[in-house]
Amino acid sequence: MSPFLSLLAQAATTAVPAAAASEPAKTNTTALVMFTAFVALTLVITYFSARKATGSAAYFAAGRSIKGWQNGLAVAGDYMSAASFLGISGMICMSGYDGFMYSVGFLVAYLTVLFVVAEPLRNAGKYTMADLLAYRLSPRPVRAMASLSTITVSTFYMIAQMVGAGGIIKILLGVPFTPAVIGVGVLMLVYVVFGGMLATTWVQIIKAVLLMCGAFALSWLVLGKYDYSLTKFFDAVSVADYGGSKPAVNLLETGRLYGKLAVPANDWGRWDFISLALGLVLGTAGLPHILVRFYTVPDAKTARVSVIWAMAIIGVFYILTTFFGFGAATLLKMSDIPLNDITHKADGNMVAPILAKVLGGEMFFGFISAVAFATILAVVAGLTMSASTSFAHDFFSNVIHHGKENRPGEEVKVARITAFVVGAISIFLAIQLQSLNPAFLVGLAFAVAASANLPVIIFSIFWKRFNTTGAVAGLSVGLASSIILILISPSVMDPVPGKTLITGDFIFPLKNPGIVSIPLGFLAAWLGTLLTPRDPSAEEKFNELSVRAHTGLGAETSGSGH
Amino acid sequence: MTPPPTPQSHWDQIGHSAEFAAVLRAKRRFLIPATIFFLVYYLALPVLVGWFPEVMNRPVIGKVNGAYLFALSQFLMAWILAGMYVVVAARWDKMTAAVLKNNPKL
Repeated sequence: MSPFLSLLAQAATTAVPAAAASEPAKTNTTALVMFTAFVALTLVITYFSARKATGSAAYFAAGRSIKGWQNGLAVAGDYMSAASFLGISGMICMSGYDGFMYSVGFLVAYLTVLFVVAEPLRNAGKYTMADLLAYRLSPRPVRAMASLSTITVSTFYMIAQMVGAGGIIKILLGVPFTPAVIGVGVLMLVYVVFGGMLATTWVQIIKAVLLMCGAFALSWLVLGKYDYSLTKFFDAVSVADYGGSKPAVNLLETGRLYGKLAVPANDWGRWDFISLALGLVLGTAGLPHILVRFYTVPDAKTARVSVIWAMAIIGVFYILTTFFGFGAATLLKMSDIPLNDITHKADGNMVAPILAKVLGGEMFFGFISAVAFATILAVVAGLTMSASTSFAHDFFSNVIHHGKENRPGEEVKVARITAFVVGAISIFLAIQLQSLNPAFLVGLAFAVAASANLPVIIFSIFWKRFNTTGAVAGLSVGLASSIILILISPSVMDPVPGKTLITGDFIFPLKNPGIVSIPLGFLAAWLGTLLTPRDPSAEEKFNELSVRAHTGLGAETSGSGH
Repeated sequence: MTPPPTPQSHWDQIGHSAEFAAVLRAKRRFLIPATIFFLVYYLALPVLVGWFPEVMNRPVIGKVNGAYLFALSQFLMAWILAGMYVVVAARWDKMTAAVLKNNPKL
C-alpha cells in the first residue's frame, strides 16, 4: 500500500477540509455487481486449478506451464498493487512531479530483474529464492535465514496492503473495516489454499487486464477534457487549481515531497529520495512474490519473455499515471475528495475512483472501484503464496526434514496450513494496526529485499569464493539493519504522541533505509566470506551452479505435476 | 519430473570448457556496462532533481520541463536496454546450445 499514505498525509496538509467528510459511502451497486463477477470468475478458476494442484510442482509452480505473456501479465499484476493505482495517482494529484518519480523507479527496477535474477533463478532453482543459494552453500542455515527474510518481506508487505484495503473498501463499498479485512483475507485464502500457484496466477492475469483497461479508460476520459491535446493537458497541469478550489500551482515543478516545496520542510528529503530510489531499483529483484513467478514458466527463455511483457505493461501503466494523476489535480475540486478517517485530511488514495465518478459517472466509478478491490485481493494472494511456499519448501522440508519428504504431498499440505496461519496473522495484525500508518512496512519490505536478498543472490551466482558464513551474514545483517533503521526513523518515531508507533525524536533521519542498509548487506556478505576459511565444497560446486544458471542444463522441467 | 542427475565430472567438464568461458565473457561484456549505465542514468534523476531543481524546472517543450522529460526518458531507456538485452541474449542462447552440444554427457 503505502510509503504513500504518510507522504499523502504530509502533502495534504494544505487541503481545504471538505464538507462531506468521511461518512461511509452508500454501497455502489455497479461496484458490487462487478466485484461479485470478478470473485465468481476467479472462484471458478480456483475450482479447476484445485483439481490440477496435486504435487509440489503443480501447487507451488503451476506445473511450470504458464506461457511467457501470461506470466508477464501475472508479474505485472503482482507488482501493480493498490499502491500503484491508488497511491501513486493520489501522490501525483497532491504533490505533482515528485509523486511521478515513484512511477519511474517501479519500471527501471525491472532491468535489475531482467539482467541479474530472472534467468539464473529459473535455471538453478525449484520453488524459492533459497533453492539457488542452497546449491553451493550449507543448505540448512542458508535456507532458514532466506526463509525468515522471505516471510518477513511478504508478511509485512501484506499487512500494509490489508490495512490499506480495509480503508479503501470502507469508502468504496460502505463495508466497515474489520469485516472488509476479514473478507479479503478469507477470499485470498480460498485462492491460495485450494488453487495454489495456478489459481493465484490467473487471478493476477485477470486483475492485470482489468487494471490496464481501467487505466486506459480513465486516461482517455481525462485527455478528452483537453480535446485530446497533450499541449492543452500539460498547460493545464502547469496551472493546476483543483477545479478552481485552490490557487493555481505548477505541478510539473519538482520538490513537493523531497525538495524545497515539501510541507513540512524536509531537510533530508533529497537523500531520502536517493535512498528510496536505491531501494526500489534493487529491492524489486529481491521481492519473493515476484521471484517465485519465474518458476511458473517452462524455461529461462520464457522467463525472459515474461519480464519483457511485464516491462511493456508496467511501463505503459506508469506513464498513464501522468494522465490520471496530474489530471485529477486539474479536474477534481478539493471538496470532491473524501477525507481520511484518521488524518482528517483529503485522502489522496481516493482520487482515482473519484476521478472516475466525476468523468464517467456511477457506472465507471463502480468499475474502477471493483478493479481496485480486485487489485488488493490479487496482490495479497500472491504474497501469501510466496510466504507459505518458502515456509513449506525451505523451512519444513529442507531445514527440518533435510530435504526428504516423509509422505508424498506433505510439503503441499504444510504450505496450505502455513497459508492459513500467515493469513490469520496478517488479518489480526491488520485489524490491530488499522489506526496506524502502515507506510513503514512497505518501505521495510523493499529495504529487506534489497539489503538481505539481493546481495546473496548476486554473490551466489557470480562469486566463486562466496561461502555459507557470507550468505548468513549478508541475510541477517541486511534484515536486521533494515528493520532497526526503520524502527529509529521518522516513520516510527515522532514527537507527537499517537502519530506513529513510538513517541520520541527520530534517531535516523531517513524514512527509507536503503542508502545505508543495502551497502551494509553487501559488506556483511563480503566480509563474512573473506573473514572465514575458504569452503572447498562450495567452490567446487560453483562450476555446477554456474553451468546450471547460465545454460539451463539440469533445470526443472514442466513435465510433471499436472 | 526431475531429470536424471548430472555427474559432478560433467559439470566440471562444461565449467572448464573454453566455450563456456566464452559465454560468460560475452554475458559480462554486455551486463556489466549495461548495469552501470542504467544505475547511473536512473540515479541521475534524484540527484539532478534534488540538487539542481532550477535547471530541471526550466520549461523545454511548451510548459513541460526538463525534469518531466528526463523522467519520461527513463521509460525509454529501460525499454531500449531491455530490447538490447533480448537481442544479445538470443546470441547467448546459440552459444550455450553449442556448449551443451559439444560437451555431451560422457
